[in-house]
Amino acid sequence: MAEVRVIRTPAEQALSAAYRDAGAKLPGGGAVAKLRAAAFARFEQNGLPHRRVEEWKYTDLRTLMREAYPLAAPPDAAAKKRAQGVADIFAGADCRRLLFVDGVFAPELSDLAPEAGLSVGSLAEALANGDALVGDHVGKTFETEDAAVALNTALMGDGAVIRIAKNAEIKRPIHLVFASGGDKPASIFIRSLIVVEPAAKVVLIEDHDGGPAQVNTALDLVVGEGAQVDYLKVTRGRGLHVGSLLACVGANARFNAFAFTTNVDVARNQSFIRFAGEGIQAGIRGVSLLRGKEHVDTTLLIEHAAGHCESREQFRSVLDGQSHGVFQGRIVVKPHAQKTDAKMMTRALLLSDEAEADNKPELEIFADDVVCGHGATASAPSEQLKFYLMSRGIPAAEAEALLVQAFVGEVIEEITHQGIQDALMFAARKWLGARS
Amino acid sequence: MAFLEVKNLHVEIEGKKILNGLDLSVEKGQVAAIMGPNGSGKSTLAYVMAGKEDYEVTAGDVLLAGESILSLSPDERAAKGLFLAFQYPIEVPGVATMTFLRTALNAQRKARGEGEVSTPEFMKLVRDTAAKLGISQEMLRRAVNVGFSGGEKKRQEILQMSVLQPKLAVLDETDSGLDIDALRIVADGVNALRSKDRAMIVITHYQRLLNYIVPDVVHVMAKGRVVKSGGKELALELEAKGYAQFQEDEAA
Repeated sequence: MAEVRVIRTPAEQALSAAYRDAGAKLPGGGAVAKLRAAAFARFEQNGLPHRRVEEWKYTDLRTLMREAYPLAAPPDAAAKKRAQGVADIFAGADCRRLLFVDGVFAPELSDLAPEAGLSVGSLAEALANGDALVGDHVGKTFETEDAAVALNTALMGDGAVIRIAKNAEIKRPIHLVFASGGDKPASIFIRSLIVVEPAAKVVLIEDHDGGPAQVNTALDLVVGEGAQVDYLKVTRGRGLHVGSLLACVGANARFNAFAFTTNVDVARNQSFIRFAGEGIQAGIRGVSLLRGKEHVDTTLLIEHAAGHCESREQFRSVLDGQSHGVFQGRIVVKPHAQKTDAKMMTRALLLSDEAEADNKPELEIFADDVVCGHGATASAPSEQLKFYLMSRGIPAAEAEALLVQAFVGEVIEEITHQGIQDALMFAARKWLGARS
Repeated sequence: MAFLEVKNLHVEIEGKKILNGLDLSVEKGQVAAIMGPNGSGKSTLAYVMAGKEDYEVTAGDVLLAGESILSLSPDERAAKGLFLAFQYPIEVPGVATMTFLRTALNAQRKARGEGEVSTPEFMKLVRDTAAKLGISQEMLRRAVNVGFSGGEKKRQEILQMSVLQPKLAVLDETDSGLDIDALRIVADGVNALRSKDRAMIVITHYQRLLNYIVPDVVHVMAKGRVVKSGGKELALELEAKGYAQFQEDEAA
């Protein structure tokens, strides 16, 4: 039998070399090194995902990554200064700001004022110290064969480790700012862990503003029983961004996730979310605003592993220029997850003839007593609506802007934190203002 | 010259002739009723005046205060004082009624070279007008027309008209889908706007609305033209005899 030889692309070869060279310098001892090695073996087996891998059909990483940039050097003073200058769209929302420069935690530039029930640290340190929380959860919140996650696990450098103690109610939103500081193209592998213990309450913002980098970021998120977690992922900035959310949600929790994506080159945000206990209410939502040749891929895998949970998946994208928006959403209802109530809706608003929207909703239902549905639309702004607004004296451009604002506003309004809602509406209006 | 002059207007949609040399004059201070059977072109006339794109004007002109408006966009016509109350008002998801009204009013004022209206002044204007039309504060906060009943939508149209204070208001079948109580509220709203500085066209199929909004003049449309004009008693005559006579005349 002929031996099958896999041809490696330059990027794949560079990633292998990076893993070998970084070797002992990557944080973490025995168990972590084993976890890395297993993950890297998974990655090497199949290489970078490409268009014949169904989950990556529309975002062919093998083609998009002509080369893999070298691992980012630890940020120097100049890099930190640049990172501090990144615009803060949540300045008015009274957040606790934690700054990460090229993926590395900068405690001296972070708000570490003590608060009961909150502990904050760096992943690199936790890995080096053999921290039990990290050992218990990193790579275990949602096990997946996904290549990007495997690569992240193999090469994870730094990130946040946050623990919210049982019953704690964290006052201000925690704003994790992942800013780009380096001026040279680099690869950045960020891994964070957030554990929200039972009945705790917190608002989290994961905010990425990349430079000319290849960012692969992953977050293990544990939502304890009866906890209330609002999680916002903001993706903006240039370069290639691949983000993975690996979430496990406990019984009776209230979990709201929101992804806001704009002004990117290529971004892939994939969420793997498991509802592990009964009585969960979840809203998984997002808004993308695209122009030029921007490419945004939102991929969801929602697993209803327990019954009596309600989830609402609602995504909207606005596509101008030659941009490309992708939505792949799969809801899986496990055999015993009876009384599941899941509804997924994705809508694309096309502002130009050359923009493209691909929507791929999927339901896999193995239980017989459930209410599940999905829908997808893609259309230009309604001429009828535009005429109605214009007939009242509103000029064409302003009428269209108002309709786009309304289109995304309907989803942004679902965010309960007023300051965050206002910040995103402001950002959306700013995007519209830059049109024309 | 009358405030509104429609001259020999010919209009087609997708190659089908709808208006066939229509002539119409409406003076300021006048309320003109346009009546006619289904398919006579009443709503087409309303849409063409407002500037809807789907229609092709093949001949004739529409003059407002002596100026042709056919080359103007719908918003430019609105800024010149034209207002169309829609037969089927459109739902605008995500746009709050207050935002919509304020954006429209300020856009019109800007186009006319007037300053923006102040917030307290605007709020008072909308609240007072809404109260008279039985529109609650809660409805003002909601998205334009979303989830409203037919009657509520018609009241919203009258609210918009009252806030925008047009010089020429065209009401397209404002009575359709209204029960008698809603009809009375809407008619009161319209009557409150009657003024010597404003022209109004009330398009209706039935005479019923004209008991509440009493017209100064009645025009009968058939086959895309005005075929008869008269006083308010013409409406009663039509109610008694129907439209058949005009359709037969045309066919002959």
